[in-house]
Amino acid sequence: MSAWVNKWRGLLGKTWRKTDAPSAAVREPRAASPFWVMVEKEFGEHIRSWRFVILLGIVTLACIGSLYTAVTALKDGAQTVGGDANFLFLSMFTVSSSGLPSFLTFLSFLAPLIGIAIGFDAVNSERSKGTLSRVMSQPVHRDDFLVAKFVAGLLLIAVVVYSLGFLVMGTGLYTIGYPPTPEEVGRVIVMLLITTVYVGLWLNLSLLFSVKFKQAATSALSGIAVWIFFLVFYGMIVNLIGNALMPGDPSDVQGYMDAQNLLTLLSRISPAQLFQEAASTLLLPDVRTLNPFVTQEQAYLAISSPLSFGQSALLVWPHIVALIAETSLSFAATYLLFMRQEIRSRS
Amino acid sequence: MTTIEAADPVIQLKNLSKTYGDFTAVDRLNLNIYPGEIFGLLGPNGAGKTTTILMMLGLTEPVSGEAIVCGVDATRNPMQVKRKVGYMPDDVGFYEDRSALDNLVYTANLNRIPEPEAKSRAMTLLERVGLAEAAYKRTGTFSRGMRQRLGLADVLIKNPRVIILDEPTLGIDPEGVRELLALIRDLSRNEGLTVLLSSHHLHQVQQICDRVGLFVQGKLIASGDIDTLSRQLDGSPAYRIELDVSPWSESLASALRGLEGVTDVQIKVGAELADASRLSSSDIVTIVVSGTSDVTAELAKTAISTGASLFGVRPLRYGLDDIYHRYFEGGETRERLG
Repeated sequence: MSAWVNKWRGLLGKTWRKTDAPSAAVREPRAASPFWVMVEKEFGEHIRSWRFVILLGIVTLACIGSLYTAVTALKDGAQTVGGDANFLFLSMFTVSSSGLPSFLTFLSFLAPLIGIAIGFDAVNSERSKGTLSRVMSQPVHRDDFLVAKFVAGLLLIAVVVYSLGFLVMGTGLYTIGYPPTPEEVGRVIVMLLITTVYVGLWLNLSLLFSVKFKQAATSALSGIAVWIFFLVFYGMIVNLIGNALMPGDPSDVQGYMDAQNLLTLLSRISPAQLFQEAASTLLLPDVRTLNPFVTQEQAYLAISSPLSFGQSALLVWPHIVALIAETSLSFAATYLLFMRQEIRSRS
Repeated sequence: MTTIEAADPVIQLKNLSKTYGDFTAVDRLNLNIYPGEIFGLLGPNGAGKTTTILMMLGLTEPVSGEAIVCGVDATRNPMQVKRKVGYMPDDVGFYEDRSALDNLVYTANLNRIPEPEAKSRAMTLLERVGLAEAAYKRTGTFSRGMRQRLGLADVLIKNPRVIILDEPTLGIDPEGVRELLALIRDLSRNEGLTVLLSSHHLHQVQQICDRVGLFVQGKLIASGDIDTLSRQLDGSPAYRIELDVSPWSESLASALRGLEGVTDVQIKVGAELADASRLSSSDIVTIVVSGTSDVTAELAKTAISTGASLFGVRPLRYGLDDIYHRYFEGGETRERLG
């Protein structure tokens, strides 16, 4: 309570002081605040870096590849599906054929890599180059520095993800010649938003490592290790636990359901799983539920039609919240760690 | 903001302490630095110089005590302090892919200096530190000395009232050091900047500092100008003169000792032929004469009249090197003065 009062008092004091000193108030708007100066510089630095060019190359290649698969699959599959033109446009993002993965699979695979690549040396390289202490001795808040790194990275990610998404949409439109409905556009845009949040989570994790480890290489390796852990091993571990937990008695329905629910919960700790479920639900309107158990009655009574956009969004809403929560958690950890560190030159 | 009168210290440290676990980096430090002076913080590595500086900028929180810079508590209001104080860390680094000008403009922007003004100011400063022709070069290609000079420009671009330089001369060649120190002195004298520089290079500090503080194990064991320090050093004679004479003989020694005001005559310790009995007559011997008054002229006269040749006469002052040795290596001296 008293903290709030103090905060308000501080705010009032600030405004009071501003009116008190008109010269300062006039000066303010002329120059951008240090925070945005830092964001601008970070953004520029990323775009000019070789690392970014290479990343962009990989991601673009992946997109072109997946688009090619999708288009060939659509051409072949158009006959077999038999005139079901519903959400044909969306299937461009999800359909795959003969070996090559779809756009969505590519995205879920590469997204962490983008995040890690952008963030892994954000803080420790500044430290080892001796620029951190120089910047910190300017009238800049310490947290602004970290937040600027994050905001610039996230902006960059948003630009990359959206431009790639729109590129795929545009090229697809040109190739298949079938226009999307507004709903489909909406679904893609929300899916891209989720992707941005997901990459943001990995950016945050790698920021955390870059604060924690003094060597850029260590930080990059830890990021990649976590990525591989969630990509490969986490599912295995969950399966192992699942096998151990499954009741021996096949007639124990309640036991089966409890174990399965626990497994689902466990596997949804993994951000990769969250992203996969959320994105595919949005892109495949036919997905009616993410629950592995549907009773006979539910299945029987369900209307056999795709979900509306709003309902799909409702279905993945918890996933989005969980992703944002995980992002916030890792940012909080980074923040705490950074604020407690001492800033000395090159150490 | 109240204006500070000339007599008030710009930097005021009161009982400042900082500990890391059991290790005490800075121990109840009291120090005043006045406007317009060049203060040298001297001490061996790990004495707590950098920690002290970080506390002055509010980059590290002291365990107890306070650091008041330009009338502002640095721990509570680091932003206000950082607006007025320029700090050059030791081994200053720049964004290597950007040009020198870009780096300076970035710093200026962080200080809310608008773009056109920042650019013109950066160019002026680059000219001033002698980097005008390298303004558009990437700083990754800069030599150590150039980086240090760019660091000075970087510190100055915000128009600070105080500049704090951490080991500014480290790793630069002698000519570079000379230029840098001349530049710093020039800034202090012509623009009234207060300069605090830390170093363990004694003779460099000696050249430009008005006052120095000796810093050992987190404690300021002495401070003052160099004369005061050398007088503080021991109750030694006020005057010491070095003579190079040949040939050396006991009769000359006794003649010199007999002069009024001379208290001691010694062959310089550390000369390779310190053992007087082994001296051959043709060698030039350096002797140190201590006296209570200035006896240089009499010494020369006496030496020549006894038939010896005089090769050199040098009045001696304690250099910081001597002071350094006394303070840092003579354990009992430190106790006596501390």
